[in-house]
Amino acid sequence: MQTQIEIHSELLNIQQCIDWVMSPDSGGIDVFIGTVRNATKGRTVLKLEFEAYKPMAIKEMQKISELVFERWPVQKVLIHHRTGTLQVAEIPVIIAVSAKHRDAAFEACRYIIDTLKQTVPIWKKEFFEDGEVWVAAHP
Amino acid sequence: MEITILAFGIAKDIFGRAWIKVKLAEAATTADLKSHLETQYPRLKKLASYMVAVNNEYAEDDGILTVHDEVAIIPPVSGG
Repeated sequence: MQTQIEIHSELLNIQQCIDWVMSPDSGGIDVFIGTVRNATKGRTVLKLEFEAYKPMAIKEMQKISELVFERWPVQKVLIHHRTGTLQVAEIPVIIAVSAKHRDAAFEACRYIIDTLKQTVPIWKKEFFEDGEVWVAAHP
Repeated sequence: MEITILAFGIAKDIFGRAWIKVKLAEAATTADLKSHLETQYPRLKKLASYMVAVNNEYAEDDGILTVHDEVAIIPPVSGG
């Protein structure tokens, strides 16, 4: 049971993430890479800003990882999240999971990103040509 | 007692800064803090929701606060 959880202000490195979860006894790796989309509901997005409550965010991500190891036979779990200003097509999040068999890797990876979006104290602000919005703040 | 409240995301915009100090009665609860803040910062009530974190854990409304706690306002999260 190995977990690597990090929050960085620098570029995330996809290859490093994959290399870390890879192991000889794994049968597969599932990777989710979040990317900054160029529009929200038809409005052009210029850039995003991510802010994290770092100690709590790390703790919440650790909880997710612990639950994953209880629920699925996975081998390694990696979650890297970016903070700061990101341009379109940059990568705010990488999740990588290795397992002996692919079902566990797919399901765990999906569970991690879905739960991260609900529980981990990280916030995203979208910048448009005519204003800026904290995502999900208002109903 | 006086407690420092950390603010993130839109809560930081609402408070106008990354932290504020709040005076509460001894043994005040998370719910007491919320109603105090909502009176002072009515924009909090317009949010989709918000939580209070105490010592890096989401807090229940009846949890009792102390001056030693690290308290933060957690508006709706939107990571990933």
